Amino acid sequence: MKSSKVVKSIQEAVALSGLKSGMTVSFHHHLRNGDYVLNMVMEQVAAAGIKDLTVNASSLFDIHAPLIDHIKNGVVTTIQTNYMSSKIGKAISNGLMKSPVQFRTHGGRPSDIVLGRTPIDVAFIAAPSADCMGNCSGKYGKSACGSLGYAVPDAMHAKKVVVITDSLVQYPLLDWSIPESYVDYVVAVDEIGDINGIVSGTTKITRDPVGLVMAQRAAQVIKHSGLLKDGFSFQTGAGGATLAAAKFLKDIMLRENIKGSFGLGGITGYMVDMLEAGCFESLLDVQCFDLKAVESIRKNPKHQEISSIHYASPSARSAVVDSLDVVLLGATEVDTDFNVNVHTDSNGYIMGGSGGHSDTAAGAKLAMIIAPLFRARLPIVTDRVNCISTPGQDVDVLVTQAGIAVNPKNKELALRLKDAGLPVVDIHELKAIAEKITGQPKPLPKGDKTVANVIWRDGTIIDTIKNVPTEGGTL
Amino acid sequence: MADIIKRATAGTMESSDAYVEISPAEGLEISLESVVQKQFGAAIEAVVAEVLEECKVANAKVTVIDKGALDCVIRARVETAVMRGRGE
Repeated sequence: MKSSKVVKSIQEAVALSGLKSGMTVSFHHHLRNGDYVLNMVMEQVAAAGIKDLTVNASSLFDIHAPLIDHIKNGVVTTIQTNYMSSKIGKAISNGLMKSPVQFRTHGGRPSDIVLGRTPIDVAFIAAPSADCMGNCSGKYGKSACGSLGYAVPDAMHAKKVVVITDSLVQYPLLDWSIPESYVDYVVAVDEIGDINGIVSGTTKITRDPVGLVMAQRAAQVIKHSGLLKDGFSFQTGAGGATLAAAKFLKDIMLRENIKGSFGLGGITGYMVDMLEAGCFESLLDVQCFDLKAVESIRKNPKHQEISSIHYASPSARSAVVDSLDVVLLGATEVDTDFNVNVHTDSNGYIMGGSGGHSDTAAGAKLAMIIAPLFRARLPIVTDRVNCISTPGQDVDVLVTQAGIAVNPKNKELALRLKDAGLPVVDIHELKAIAEKITGQPKPLPKGDKTVANVIWRDGTIIDTIKNVPTEGGTL
Repeated sequence: MADIIKRATAGTMESSDAYVEISPAEGLEISLESVVQKQFGAAIEAVVAEVLEECKVANAKVTVIDKGALDCVIRARVETAVMRGRGE
């Protein structure tokens, strides 16, 4: 009988796990830009002389920049992720890696793990609280992050599972996210992360007048879509304008006494307010964005943790996104076929990823993009996005301050919005209006090396990202 | 027209604005740094040169740090920098 799975150090856990060169390690991103765990583990892995690893991380943030050196030193040769912020993204776009990054979605990643397409040898779970047998939770402890939803498929399917915690509690930890039955080793460390990077204090609503106009219009689109009635379900991103839209939506729901069924997603304090005000019966939460969300998931039984499989996996028997009415999403670019880019910035550098963008767009009855007509002189609407993150077939509406473009496949919605007096315009017209103000941008030069493949939720590659050529050369 | 007699600035480094610095020099020297260099670099340089010509500035060093400003903003910032540089 095992009385404890606690081992002395990450170094020991790595050794016991049997990790060898050429294998795959996995990480989840609930500690976001405050995560210490990925770096601590990779440091030990590198020190052990292990090379040629695949890192499968649900998302990568700037704090994970030490990965760049691990790539240069041959410790890491493949990256699989759903999102990558600009620090590592820029290095990748400059041609850092031999083999292209594999971008998946928050639903595609667990799907591929469950189906055995991306097997994991050792999963490392950053756990804000755990007991000596590995029952663990994100809701408690000094580094509490709330949901651990993205770590669940890793825990269920990795050959070995290591839980790393900075709050080792007495057995049994109740209200676990991941039960001991999946866990091989437990390591206690001083700190798994920096709380300031894990959650933001409060997420603020935009005060930008353009953002507010877009948000108000977006709420009107939802109101007149025919979907806003009792049982309504909703997801929104944490961006300033989408949050403001949620505020206007909340006002409408309270005024008209509409009782929604659930709010989904990465959850912010704003969605918690909507739950508490009676706009929804429940919140289904794969990741908490702020302290209010963390507190709510800990205290309110109507605020339920879900795994990424349950959230969005296309190969699950069903996932919550399939029951979603409306999702509000952002974009760096949208083209006249409604394809959306959330992977690369205006200079072609990687600075994001789909996350749940394409999963929710595919699942929701109404997928809405909110974006300004132009951002720092660059029109949002282009002939062809620099990278297709979410295909236009899944995008229903683009809301800008100059008008609302409805995907032509959605004739009934266009009529409803027009009848409601909303400014429905052709998407080509939005492009023309913007270019009249900004001038026509020259197309970005692209390199000839593929630095990343964008793998859609069904496993097909829907686009490739090329390197950004340096001045006067290809690489 | 008066020469540029002193170093002067206009604008800010905020997104969608431009920061323009002008100082006395022999001949005209324009340098540009822009977040939309690839898409609009040539267009911005042309509009800066145009404004300087309209203002009859033949001798000056002009540095523009552009954060994605529209042409009207760039024109206004350059004109203001010129006026300030002339002590007007």
